[in-house]
Amino acid sequence: MRPFAYERCATSDDALRSGAKGARFLAGGTNLLDLMKLQIETPEQLADISRIGFDSIDETADGGLRIGALVRNSDCAAHARIRRDYPVLARAILAGASGQLRNRATTGGNLCQRTRCSYFYDIAMSCNKRDPDTGCSAIDGQNRNMAILGTSPSCIATYPGDMAVALHALDAVVETEGTGGTSRRLPVRQFHRLPQDTPQKDNALEPGELITCVVLPPPVPGQQGYRKVRDRASYAFALVSIAYVIDVADGIITRADLAFGGVAHKPWHDPAIAQMLVGQRAEAGLIRAAADALLAGAQSFGDNDFKIPLMRRLVTATLSEATGVRA
Amino acid sequence: MKTRLVINGQDHEVDADTRVTLLDALRNHLNLTGTKKGCDHGQCGACTVLVNGRRINSCLSLVCSHEGDAVTTIEGIGTPDTLAPLQQAFVSHDGYQCGYCTPGQICSALAMMDEAAAGWPSAVTADLADPVTLSDAEIGERMSGNLCRCAAYSNIVDAIREVAHGDVAHGEAA
Repeated sequence: MRPFAYERCATSDDALRSGAKGARFLAGGTNLLDLMKLQIETPEQLADISRIGFDSIDETADGGLRIGALVRNSDCAAHARIRRDYPVLARAILAGASGQLRNRATTGGNLCQRTRCSYFYDIAMSCNKRDPDTGCSAIDGQNRNMAILGTSPSCIATYPGDMAVALHALDAVVETEGTGGTSRRLPVRQFHRLPQDTPQKDNALEPGELITCVVLPPPVPGQQGYRKVRDRASYAFALVSIAYVIDVADGIITRADLAFGGVAHKPWHDPAIAQMLVGQRAEAGLIRAAADALLAGAQSFGDNDFKIPLMRRLVTATLSEATGVRA
Repeated sequence: MKTRLVINGQDHEVDADTRVTLLDALRNHLNLTGTKKGCDHGQCGACTVLVNGRRINSCLSLVCSHEGDAVTTIEGIGTPDTLAPLQQAFVSHDGYQCGYCTPGQICSALAMMDEAAAGWPSAVTADLADPVTLSDAEIGERMSGNLCRCAAYSNIVDAIREVAHGDVAHGEAA
């Protein structure tokens, strides 16, 4: 690790002051410290925000939940209201990492976790995300884990997390505070970004901007779940995944809030898919058409060709089960 | 930078570079070498300790971020003369080969049993509302953050199952 100055922040004001001076925020540290050991991240100053509060889960006036940015993943997944009303979120968190990591990882930090692209991790290789304008080694390299949707000639890395995929299905809102007393409410679907020609920028946060909470809308009826396909049964990143909130009444789909992991630089949400499904009778042809529409623009790069049919099968199986249709 | 911690019930002050992890502080500054360094990247679980009762990877945590925290390492769980029930169960069931991952396995399993007792679900829990029964599938899933390169997994599960199910006849401290 490169040397850095460390500050224990007592309040969010402390953190924002440090952030304005260029400090990186340290929460659980499970991703940032790993990257610092490999000198992929080389901050000169760390502001430890683990004791500034924002560590509770509270009801909002409309019956939703406000999850503090410093709530640990394990507490979030075990929370009674989240298990009852937002099981897709509990399931997604529990599908990721290990018990030890979930005990440290936080809501805000998890949203900000960086790609696990092997070329991003190898500082001997070119990577536009790590070192802008040096080139992407993955496009013509070993790209089994890479994206199939929304890629650019600059970057084909994926966003690796599970929790955020569920938050996309739930249409959560990220609340932030910025330097100079500004605050923002960002729909999570606008939080992460596609690589375009600036893949070094993972999300919409400005320098020094601090995530304070994630707000869940009031619970909705329907089945919820998270299905993740990976190389081993536990403790592995997704090859592909789906978070779903689906409701069916009298054979008609009344809700189809879907988000997809492992396929893009961000958790993938395509509003056209819900528009195709909602109001229609659940049947196999419709489900196949929705899977085709989701993947119509998919592009693979060799080693990850398998992700396109794998995602098509995952979508078909999940929607069929959730709507009671024989695939 | 100075950091005060309570380790295995004793007050300590560590004066270390900001880059020093909790793992390196335990091993190199406090000579508590029971906690092992495997991958040093949070992937293997050999460095698992309890901080304020919860299991974490001590390699992915700066010691300076633990001001005032209570840390339990394998040295605080039992001694060769007074093994904790879970330690005895690992001996009885041969839950290791080389033994390098064992301190992390034991720290992790102790906290894991507390998590299950508190009703925390896991990825293999069928119903998120149900109380947790530590089936072999549950033990395997909840212990997936602890790798054993000797692959003593079946015996590790046997040891944990014995203690988790309260059958500690072989595991009572001497």
